[in-house]
Amino acid sequence: MTFNTPLSANKPRLVVVGNGMVGHHFVEQIIAQGGHETFHITVFGEEPYLAYDRVHLSEYFTGKGAADLAMTDGTLYDDNGVRYFTNSLVTEIDRKAKTLLLQNGDSLPYDKLVLATGSYPFVPPIPGHKRDNTFVYRTLEDLDAIRDCAKTVTRGTVVGGGLLGLEAANALKNLGLETSVVEFAPRLMPVQLDEKGGSVLKGMIEGLDVKVYTDTATQEIVDGERAFHRMNFADGTHLETDLILFSAGIRPQDALAKQSGLEMGERGGITINNQCQTSDADIYSIGECALWNNRIFGLVAPGYTMAKAAAGHLMGDAGLLFTGADMSTKLKLLGCDVGSVGDAHGTSQGCKVFVYQDELSQSYRKMVVSEDGKKLLGAVLVGDNSYYDTLLQYYLNAIDLPEQAQSLILPAMDGAPAALGVDALPATASICSCHNVSKQDISDAVCNGALSVGDVKGVTKAGTGCGGCAALLKKVVDNELLALGVEVSTDICEHFAYTRQDLYNIIKIGKIKSFDDLLEKHGKGHGCEICKPAVGSILASVWNEYVLKKEHIILQDTNDRFLGNMQKDGTYSIVPRIPGGEITPEKLIVLGEVAKEYRLYTKVTGGQRIDLFGATLPQLPEIWKRLVDAGFETGQAYGKSLRTVKSCVGSTWCRYGVNDSMTMAVDLENRYKGLRSPHKIKFAVSGCTRECAEAQSKDIGVIATEGGWNLYVCGNGGMKPRHGDLFATDLDDETLIKYIDRVLMFYTKTADRLQRTSVWMDGLEGGLEYLKEVVIEDKLGMCEELDAAMDYVVDTFQCEWKTTLEDPEALKTFRQFVNYDGVDDNVVFVEERAQIRPATEKEKLELIAKVG
Amino acid sequence: MASQWKLVCKQGDLIRGAGVAAMVDGQQVALFYIPESDDKVFAIGNWDPFGKANVLSRGLVAHLQGNWTVASPLYKQHFVLSSGECLEDDTARIPYWKAKLEGEDVYISEP
Ligand code: SRM
Ligand SMILES: Cc1cc2nc3c(=O)[nH]c(=O)nc-3n(C[C@H](O)[C@H](O)[C@H](O)COP(=O)(O)OP(=O)(O)OC[C@H]3O[C@@H](n4cnc5c(N)ncnc54)[C@H](O)[C@@H]3O)c2cc1C
Ligand code: SF4
Ligand code: FES
Repeated sequence: MTFNTPLSANKPRLVVVGNGMVGHHFVEQIIAQGGHETFHITVFGEEPYLAYDRVHLSEYFTGKGAADLAMTDGTLYDDNGVRYFTNSLVTEIDRKAKTLLLQNGDSLPYDKLVLATGSYPFVPPIPGHKRDNTFVYRTLEDLDAIRDCAKTVTRGTVVGGGLLGLEAANALKNLGLETSVVEFAPRLMPVQLDEKGGSVLKGMIEGLDVKVYTDTATQEIVDGERAFHRMNFADGTHLETDLILFSAGIRPQDALAKQSGLEMGERGGITINNQCQTSDADIYSIGECALWNNRIFGLVAPGYTMAKAAAGHLMGDAGLLFTGADMSTKLKLLGCDVGSVGDAHGTSQGCKVFVYQDELSQSYRKMVVSEDGKKLLGAVLVGDNSYYDTLLQYYLNAIDLPEQAQSLILPAMDGAPAALGVDALPATASICSCHNVSKQDISDAVCNGALSVGDVKGVTKAGTGCGGCAALLKKVVDNELLALGVEVSTDICEHFAYTRQDLYNIIKIGKIKSFDDLLEKHGKGHGCEICKPAVGSILASVWNEYVLKKEHIILQDTNDRFLGNMQKDGTYSIVPRIPGGEITPEKLIVLGEVAKEYRLYTKVTGGQRIDLFGATLPQLPEIWKRLVDAGFETGQAYGKSLRTVKSCVGSTWCRYGVNDSMTMAVDLENRYKGLRSPHKIKFAVSGCTRECAEAQSKDIGVIATEGGWNLYVCGNGGMKPRHGDLFATDLDDETLIKYIDRVLMFYTKTADRLQRTSVWMDGLEGGLEYLKEVVIEDKLGMCEELDAAMDYVVDTFQCEWKTTLEDPEALKTFRQFVNYDGVDDNVVFVEERAQIRPATEKEKLELIAKVG
Repeated sequence: MASQWKLVCKQGDLIRGAGVAAMVDGQQVALFYIPESDDKVFAIGNWDPFGKANVLSRGLVAHLQGNWTVASPLYKQHFVLSSGECLEDDTARIPYWKAKLEGEDVYISEP
């Protein structure tokens, strides 16, 4: 290595020691400000790699390589004349002579110096801490060593239950080790969490099979009997483990500063001012080695702000200062959400605290508010971080808390104030703290032509650090786009530049009756699996024609085309309608006989009816013929249409029933069974408030009252359960049906494709109140139209299976092969609990081997 | 070598805009009849390598960025009808044949 390249005398030398995340950010910043023109820049890094993303270090164990984590491949440096040297430890600063000494004996003069030496992991001086198979968790090389060791052993232990310790524990677990965590303090994450939060977290982590020892001091590490090490604890107990990983905190890497006599903190750290200058005005210090106002900042975001301030000062911009940083954090540790905002421990004077704790779902939330209850000072979240963004914004921007402040940490319930809308955020609100990007920065970027989250990320870097701000960033970008009047594309697919709602109106108003006609007049290309079924469904909602009519057949997804649900092996299930779950013994016998004859797997469904599985394509019409002859109709279990109306026996049999829920359920099911809708619809009717039919979890729920019926709308079970909203009370039969007609038709007319009523309601501007105005007060003047549309659907109902059985052309499509009478030999069943089930791949191979 | 055309079925067995299954020399073939395309008829394997079932003939035909494809009815991957390529996963390829309509007759041959 040589430093004797002739440098033009008038350019001062700027040297950066340390090429970690912050040192690299500094180089980026100074280049951005033209500093490479002003200075000869040289960078030294001790590690063999150029700067890499330490924040995402753990991803090195889950598939990322060193190149994926690299923050630069050196081109930025090369292109701007920045010289860089890896594997180069700086060992001395001679401040008088203004030179640096390197480990290899070279020396180099400097005019300005930046120390970005970061920190090193603290290893408690426990006897035995230097034994083999002990590690720290900071660099790529550390991780290589851990991975090598983990291949040969079975148990791993992390000493330290802080943020990094738990992340390391997760890594050990991912490496397949039986993992334990030993923490000296009485709780996990003592810095961020209060006692209760720590104990909830402990419970969650133990639930994941990680042993947690809190309040545990390790006295010595010696040879183990069953494992490589034995850790002897102060209370006389011990733990045997093969691998030990120390993660007991970090210490600023300040050896150079100490050696050269720079001013330091009592417990280490290089003292800096707001410009990030040390006690020597020509030497700056940034990142985890720097001590500002007696504080070390162990996160990357404050380091980046320091880098910006130092670069600014060097370039003569005195306006950029480092004045402290917010240390709020949110993390997913071992799959558990943990968040901490501001004064998590509630140490501010006079502060008041709200706590919400749910031992069932293991979550804990605490809010620390000012004495007058107006401002948020801090918060702790364990178990569910969906509250974090809103709380952080209240805290960072000192926004006045709402009247019922505690609702910010309560689970969402009716009437709770919604999360803070991005509109409410001031322009100065910090959206991405890693890159210090404000709402204003984003709005500027959007105004300057960044019209997607991706573009905004590129321009502002927001969201490219820890990634924690991604959800909020998207909201802000969407909001800005909306404000500019830019449409966020809602086109259904490449063939139609319309939303489903637009298509509905076009079809209805233009009296369009076929896909081809619609495509010709309003679309382009030839259609796809998105628009075809969507249009098929709208055509059916509006005109209610036979779905297998020749021109509609190609629109139907398999399930609708063959009027059954395709199973994993290509066979189908058969679900006849059993309105309200009520069935005569005679019909039950028919189902049993047919199932027996065709050897179909038989099961009672979650929707109170019976499903027969394992029918092949050619068997479908044969089986349905038997069922239709016995008086069954299609259950449309395959359709985006009415599924079931669940019911309880109600007042006819039940001693508590106040109304005849059974008759109502059967009537409702028969009324709406033909309706094709944006997604499936489910009903239930309960005979009293005990609610045995679970009506409040259905799209339409009806509960009998002394005065008639209470109607609930837009409930959902499934992936994201939602309780139905109480729409109207004590209705008579006629009004009940009128309201249901209108709610369903309005939904069919306005919802997106594959949007359940629950999601539709959540997105409906004006919400429940608006829906009431439309349906009850006829605010839009469209009730007559809605009523007529529903009457039409009800009047034109036909059982699709019945129609199909009468249509020889349609029946032809149920052939397994057009040129051969055999069966699909990949459909193989084996027996389990006295019924058939599809054979697994392995079983198929075994069967073939036997036959062969 | 001149290609060997095999007669598979009649045009009347096909469904306009959709697929049907045929058995050719012990192998399941999915035939698609798309009059508005240049090729009119297409033939690919009926086996869905993702769903591991013989179902591709029962998928929806999708015209995507100029390609005629079928979307698997099980997990919705798209297979290009003229080449057997999978749009979602370029390591998954399924067999395809040349196909033609002559009068009422439908033929296929090795590509
Ligand atoms: C058979 C059945 C399970 C059972 O063995 O009991 C079942 C089976 C299927 N359900 Fe279900 N669901 C069944 C009751 C339910 C219930 C319970 C209920 O209806 O009371 C729910 C929760 C209630 C709800 O929907 O709000 C339910 C929520 C779902 C969901 C999630 C919907 C959601 O909004 O989150 C799906 C996925 C979807 O529709 O996109 C689904 C989808 C499916 C599909 C269609 C998945 C598929 O594409 O293969 C299954 C095919 C059935 C078949 O092959 O015949 N199934 N499914 C039940 C048939 C009821 C019936 O008689 O029609
Ligand atoms: C596993 C892990 C997860 C983390 N997760 C997060 C997170 O989610 N969010 C967050 O904000 N922060 C996180 N951090 C912390 C974050 O990585 C640090 O705050 C950040 O890396 C600090 O950057 P730095 O440049 O100051 O120090 P470093 O990245 O440590 O860089 C300092 C560099 O200087 C070199 N060096 C030191 N002395 C010399 C010398 N004398 N000569 C030459 N080179 C020298 C070192 O070898 C090192 O490469 C995490 C850290 C780890 C280890
Ligand atoms: S819960 Fe899932 S696996 Fe079970 S039937 Fe419903 S969709 Fe199928
Ligand atoms: S807050 Fe970390 S990337 Fe935005």
